[in-house]
Amino acid sequence: MSNIIEVSGVSKRFGGVIANHDISLKVKKGEITGLIGPNGSGKTTLFNSIVGFHPIDEGSITFEGSEISKLQVQDIARLGLLRTFQQTRIYGKMNCVQNMLISIPHRKAAFMDMFAPHSSADNEKALSLLEFVGLYEKRNLLGGDLSFGQQKLLEFAMALMNDPSVLMLDEPTAGINPTLINGLIDRLKKANEEFGITLFVIEHNMRVIMNLADDIYCLAHGEMLAQGSPDEIQNDTRVIDAYLGAH
Amino acid sequence: MNKTLLYAVLLIVTVVAPFMFPTFGTQLATLWLMVVVALTWDLTGGQMGYNSLGNIFFYGTGMYVAAVVTISLVYSVSDYTNAAGGGTFQFTWAQYLTGLALGSIAAGLFCAACAVIIGYITFGLRGPYFAIGTLGVAIAAGELVSNWDWVGGGQGIALPVYPGDLDQGKTVFYFLFAGLGVGLFIFLKWLYGTRFGLALNAIRDDEDKADGMGLHTMRYKLTAWAIAAFFVGIAGAISAFQLIHFEPLETAYQTINLGIFMVVCVLLGGKGTLWGPVVGAIMFHVFKEVTWNYFLGWQWVALGALIVITVVYFQDGIMGWLMRVRPEWFGVSVDRSGKAEAAE
Repeated sequence: MSNIIEVSGVSKRFGGVIANHDISLKVKKGEITGLIGPNGSGKTTLFNSIVGFHPIDEGSITFEGSEISKLQVQDIARLGLLRTFQQTRIYGKMNCVQNMLISIPHRKAAFMDMFAPHSSADNEKALSLLEFVGLYEKRNLLGGDLSFGQQKLLEFAMALMNDPSVLMLDEPTAGINPTLINGLIDRLKKANEEFGITLFVIEHNMRVIMNLADDIYCLAHGEMLAQGSPDEIQNDTRVIDAYLGAH
Repeated sequence: MNKTLLYAVLLIVTVVAPFMFPTFGTQLATLWLMVVVALTWDLTGGQMGYNSLGNIFFYGTGMYVAAVVTISLVYSVSDYTNAAGGGTFQFTWAQYLTGLALGSIAAGLFCAACAVIIGYITFGLRGPYFAIGTLGVAIAAGELVSNWDWVGGGQGIALPVYPGDLDQGKTVFYFLFAGLGVGLFIFLKWLYGTRFGLALNAIRDDEDKADGMGLHTMRYKLTAWAIAAFFVGIAGAISAFQLIHFEPLETAYQTINLGIFMVVCVLLGGKGTLWGPVVGAIMFHVFKEVTWNYFLGWQWVALGALIVITVVYFQDGIMGWLMRVRPEWFGVSVDRSGKAEAAE
C-alpha cells in the first residue's frame, strides 16, 4: 500500500508559539487515517500546513510523490487534495444545488470553461450527492439558512462533488446530532470504499475515530506522541495521559 | 409567458419613450447611462462582493480614449488641444461616425485592459481596503489627466458636435445608451446563468472556501472587472460625444457624482440581483431630477438623506426586501415531495 501523503519533519511557529514541531506522518492510499490529540495540540495547524493555507517553517510535505509545501491553496486543491473546515464553510447566500454545482472539479478548467452552462450530468450528480447526505428536500434553501449540522453535511457533499483523491475532514461529527452520527460514519465509510477516496480525519469523538480509522496518529503539545492501530492507541498510556492531562 | 409579455412591454416603452417625451430626450439618455453603470457596478460589487469606488475611472478613461481616437484619425491631437478652441477643425459625417464607432470600441477594450492591470494589483485587497484603493486610482487618474497638456489638461477637451440636426442627435444618443443598456442586460442575464455567475457568488460568500475548492478565483475576478470596465468605457465614450466638451475632474473622473451615484443606485435597488440595479437606477434618477427641479438648494441634502436612509435602514434594497418577504417567488422553499429522508 503506497503512501499518498507524506509529511516529514514539519515545524510551524506562530511568533513564540510552536504549533507543530518536527511532525512526520504518512497517509496510506485508500485507507482512513485518524488524527487525534487534546485541544491546542496542533491538529488543525497541521491540516492548514498540508493544504497550503500557510507556509511551513521546516520540513517537507509530498502528495502522490511530489512536493507541495510551496504550492498555493488553489493549486493543491486542484491536485485533488481537499479539506473541510472545523468551522463549517459553505456559500451562505447560494442554495444547496448552487453550492454543489460550483464545487465541481476545476482541475482542467480552461479560460472558456468559466462561461460553460451547467451540464445535466453535473446537475444529476449534485442531486444524487445531496440525496446521499440527506439534504435533497432542502436543496432549494439557501446554504446559510441550514442548521449547523446540515451545513456540515452540505460541506461534505460539496467535497465529494469535487472528486478528490484525498479528503481531509476537520472534526466531521462536531455539532452533529448524536443520533445522526452513525449515519455519518456509514457515509464516510461509503465515500472511502465506494468512491475510493482516501480519508484523513481529525476527530475528538473517540467512538467515531476508533470505529472509522485503520491507522491513528496522536498529537500532543505540537509533537507526535503515538501512532498505531485503534487498539494500540486505546491502550497506549501516553495517549491516555495526554487526554487526562497527566503531564 | 408573463415574463415574455413584461419584456416586450418594456422594450416597446424603451423604443417609444424619446418620441413620446421629446423634451426629456437627454434625461432619458442619462437614465440609461445610470442603468449601465449600476449594472456594471453590481457585477463586482453585488455579485462578487468587491465594492469598487473606482469604476468611474473607466468612465473617464473611456471618454478620453474616444476623444483621442476620434481626433487622431483626422488631426494631430497636440495641434487640436493647443488651439484650445481657437482653430478650425472640421469633421465630415464619415469622420464623425468612424470616430464614434472606433472610439467607443477602443474605449471599451482599453478600459478592459486597464481593469486587468489595476485588478491584478488591487484584488489583493479586500473589503473596505479594496474600496479605498480603487477610489485612490480614480482620484489619482483625474489629477494626472488634468495636468497632461496633450489631452487638454485641466481645460478638458472638446469633441466635434453632432453633424446633423441637434434634436435628431439627442435621439441618436438616447438609442446608443439604450442599446448599450439592453445589450448589457441580456449579456448579464446569460452570464449569471453560467458557471461564471455561481463562481462570482461563491467568491462573495467565502473567497477562502472558493480557493480551497480549487476555483481560479483571480481569473474570475479579473474577467468580471474587465467586463464591467468594457461596458463602462463604452458608456464613457458615448457620453463624451453627447456632452461634446468635458474636463477631467468634474465630468470625466467625477468620483463624488456618478462614481457614488452608481453605488447608491445598486444599494437602493438591491445588491447581487439582476433587476435591482435597473430598478434602483430608475428610482434614483427620478428622485435626483425631482429634487434638482423642485428643491433647488436642498438637493444635496435630500440626496444625502436618501443615501443615509438606504445604508442604515434598507441595506438589502428593494429586491433584497422582496426576497426576504417573498422567498418562494425566488424558488427558496423546502421540497416535501422529495425522495430522500430529511436530515435535521
